[in-house]
Amino acid sequence: MRYIPNSPEERAEMLASLGLSNAGELFRSIPADVQLGRKLNVTDPLAEPEVIGAMEAMAAKNTGATKPSFLGAGVYSHYSPTIVDHLIQRSEFFTSYTPYQPEISQGTLQYIFEFQTLICQLTGMEVANASMYDGSTSMAEAYLMSQRVTRRNKIVVATSVHPEYREVARTYTKHGDAEIVEAAFDEESGRLSDLSALDDKTAALVVQSPNFFGCIEDLKTLAEAAHAVGALLVVVVTEAISFGLLKSPGSCGADIVVGEGQSFGIPMSFGGPHVGLFATQDKFVRQMPGRLCGVAYDKNGNRGFTLTLSTREQHIRREKATSNICTNQGLIALAATIYMETMGKQGLQEVATQNAQKAAYAKQKISEIDGFSIPFSSPTFNEFVVRGPKPATEILEELRTQNGVIGGLALSKYYANRSNEFLVCVTETTTRAQIDNLVESLIEISK
Amino acid sequence: MSNIPENLRYSKDHEWVSVDTDTAAIGITDYAQHSLGDVVYIDMPRVGDKFGAHEAFGSVESVKAVSEVFTPIAGEVVEVNEGLNDTPEKVNGDPYGDAWFIKMKMENPLEADGLLSAEEYEEYLSNQS
Repeated sequence: MRYIPNSPEERAEMLASLGLSNAGELFRSIPADVQLGRKLNVTDPLAEPEVIGAMEAMAAKNTGATKPSFLGAGVYSHYSPTIVDHLIQRSEFFTSYTPYQPEISQGTLQYIFEFQTLICQLTGMEVANASMYDGSTSMAEAYLMSQRVTRRNKIVVATSVHPEYREVARTYTKHGDAEIVEAAFDEESGRLSDLSALDDKTAALVVQSPNFFGCIEDLKTLAEAAHAVGALLVVVVTEAISFGLLKSPGSCGADIVVGEGQSFGIPMSFGGPHVGLFATQDKFVRQMPGRLCGVAYDKNGNRGFTLTLSTREQHIRREKATSNICTNQGLIALAATIYMETMGKQGLQEVATQNAQKAAYAKQKISEIDGFSIPFSSPTFNEFVVRGPKPATEILEELRTQNGVIGGLALSKYYANRSNEFLVCVTETTTRAQIDNLVESLIEISK
Repeated sequence: MSNIPENLRYSKDHEWVSVDTDTAAIGITDYAQHSLGDVVYIDMPRVGDKFGAHEAFGSVESVKAVSEVFTPIAGEVVEVNEGLNDTPEKVNGDPYGDAWFIKMKMENPLEADGLLSAEEYEEYLSNQS
């Protein structure tokens, strides 16, 4: 249902029926000594061209991640079909509120149900929620859910999981009783290898695939190791396009799949708003956080949608809820749904294949440059680590200033001992010419 | 008029207790199931969980509300009525029989004597309304 604000006449009518003369009188129960009593310290309203001018001036100070850019690491440059932006701007979608009243929100609830269904299909899991804030907080919620399901406190998380995700999860859980243990990856393969921390106190083994270095983890083996000690396997997916090519985490034994949906037609937008994915198995559904939409039938056999299992949520169960989230990223989830439905199964497979093939081409060409190598041997999807002959920050700075190319992300930002390495991401939006140009620029830099 | 079996003991939170030597079976009363409406789910504790008297050991969810369930006596859970969630409507249809929630090994086998008798519970209910 679209949001339509009240007119000044309607407001006056409401005030009159209340016997009040202005809206300020609605707050008369607030003691005068705590009322601000002055105007807020913001500018007076500007005219439309002034607002646009001010915003453009601010935006001009930004170095946009425009082409050519080889940045990935959790936020990806993919093509968003114009239909996505066009449809989400319909006022019924753009302005509608939370669908708490199913009788007037069937459209909203239907797309939420479609979103959940598509995420189940892609992750290979039995139930998905209506979305979380973003990938990192989804992962944090998975920590908490694992603790509830297993009644254990220890979380073993691979250091090949996105460093910022791990930091967010640490912040999220620090006042609880989670014991977070980090598990190292293998220097040769780039995959999680140290499982020594897994024991009968472990609630979950948390791994990302493709991981932060772009390496595809061996999820089946990790699932077996986690289950052998009675722990859950939580799989984190930051690059949703990978669902179009890789075996689903569900089919590999994942108990909870979390991730980031930004790759599905959502702009990078300097980090947000994005959309968190959360999926699990039916048997755990009552421990799952977040909003959930279900399908039901009325007494005449007509199908309808409604929010369901609300007793997991905070507004019903307060401190006993599964989470304090009682919302979802409605508009962003809608955009992702439109993307998935526009691309379809075939389109998604094709995009994923293009990503993999272009990245493989770039990886091959870069590995052939004197002084450059690919340090990790594992198969990768659309990201890979490059080791150069000198500090990556220098290489990337030269690429940026001399060649106008954003060459990737220096790993030293998160891994202090990896100063000569940087992460390169190639998507379907990268052209062969841009890859060849990057290679030539690196050859120049290495001389 | 609510059904209140003579041979059970009751709490003011509308749970009933049935004692067998030192084991107590606990469920919710006819009054409780009627107030809740159609029950859809019972959140059970696990065997081995320990609770003090008047502690919440789980919750019962109906189509219109979710309510905590309290144990009137202290003890350790020795049995959970697992199958009840396959047929939660039994809580409405047979609250004193098939729809027991848990069985506890009582910390103090005489504690139930301090609970309300059927007569006292009936009086308590009539004062409620």
